Amino acid sequence: MPEKALPEKALPDTASQGLKIVIVGGFGVGKTTMVKSVSEIQPLSTEEIMTQAGVGIDDASTVRSKNTTTVAFDFGRISLDEYRILYLFGAPGQERFWFLWDQLFAGSLGAVVLVDTRRLQDSWYAIDRLEFHQMPFVVAVNRFEGPEPALEKVRGALSLADDIPLVDCDARRRESCKNALITLVSHLAHLSGQSTAWETTS
Amino acid sequence: MSQRPVDRESPDRLYTVTGGRTLGDEDPFDLVSLIVSERDPGPGMQSEHARILGSCRGPMAVVEISATLELPISVVKVLLRDLLDTGSITVRHPSRYLPHPVMAQLPDRETLKQVLVGLQKL
Repeated sequence: MPEKALPEKALPDTASQGLKIVIVGGFGVGKTTMVKSVSEIQPLSTEEIMTQAGVGIDDASTVRSKNTTTVAFDFGRISLDEYRILYLFGAPGQERFWFLWDQLFAGSLGAVVLVDTRRLQDSWYAIDRLEFHQMPFVVAVNRFEGPEPALEKVRGALSLADDIPLVDCDARRRESCKNALITLVSHLAHLSGQSTAWETTS
Repeated sequence: MSQRPVDRESPDRLYTVTGGRTLGDEDPFDLVSLIVSERDPGPGMQSEHARILGSCRGPMAVVEISATLELPISVVKVLLRDLLDTGSITVRHPSRYLPHPVMAQLPDRETLKQVLVGLQKL
């Protein structure tokens, strides 16, 4: 099997702090597109083994089982500065992939739930789980066909609490994706009870 | 995003790579723990160990190693544990990493500020 090329850019020796943001959404909603729009490397794909029962492997015998099922997910990377490296993961939102969520969300900054207004129901379960685990998140509506329905209608359809930020996002556009990520981090600052007055304008 | 619900990687090959081991509850690696080689690959070394050491001359995240080697994350973690035990790698864990992950934990003020600064430069 040919060896896959190394990531285009190696990290500097000073890199020491890995950070995570998880982009959650149904199949085809645009997670990888969004990752690609902001990532400094071409999105890479990695995988984890799941058992037939849909939980992670917990003993060696499952690795030997006849059918090894793996779940793949994509990720990208943004070097925020010489020390802090932000990894963006595109995570499937379906229930059977939840065994991955512990690893993806442990210590993460939070999630961007990317929704398709034509398939809002694909997001209900993920939003429910994020709220249950009190994982900070924002919702981004992937716009590729015009401004309808309005955000407030989307908020109502998702039964989204007023204090959860909801933004438009065109997953193909860097500025739009950047804005969604900044919305999440600003939301974290709000949750921390800190004013965003210290936001630096560069 | 792809799901491959068919035999993709030979289970026997994965078993050979790890000797059937898993980390179980002793998992000391986060997906974004940064791995750095502390030695060059040596003769007689298992090829996957050698490939990791060759890849990590500069820091590289666990997920990046997994993607580069085209091995599942849990398999990579077993290999990394081997290398950690022999002092062949060092690990830079995220400061927010806990052995038993707390799902929701707000970041400190300085980290939030620096993340915002970094994102605004995008």
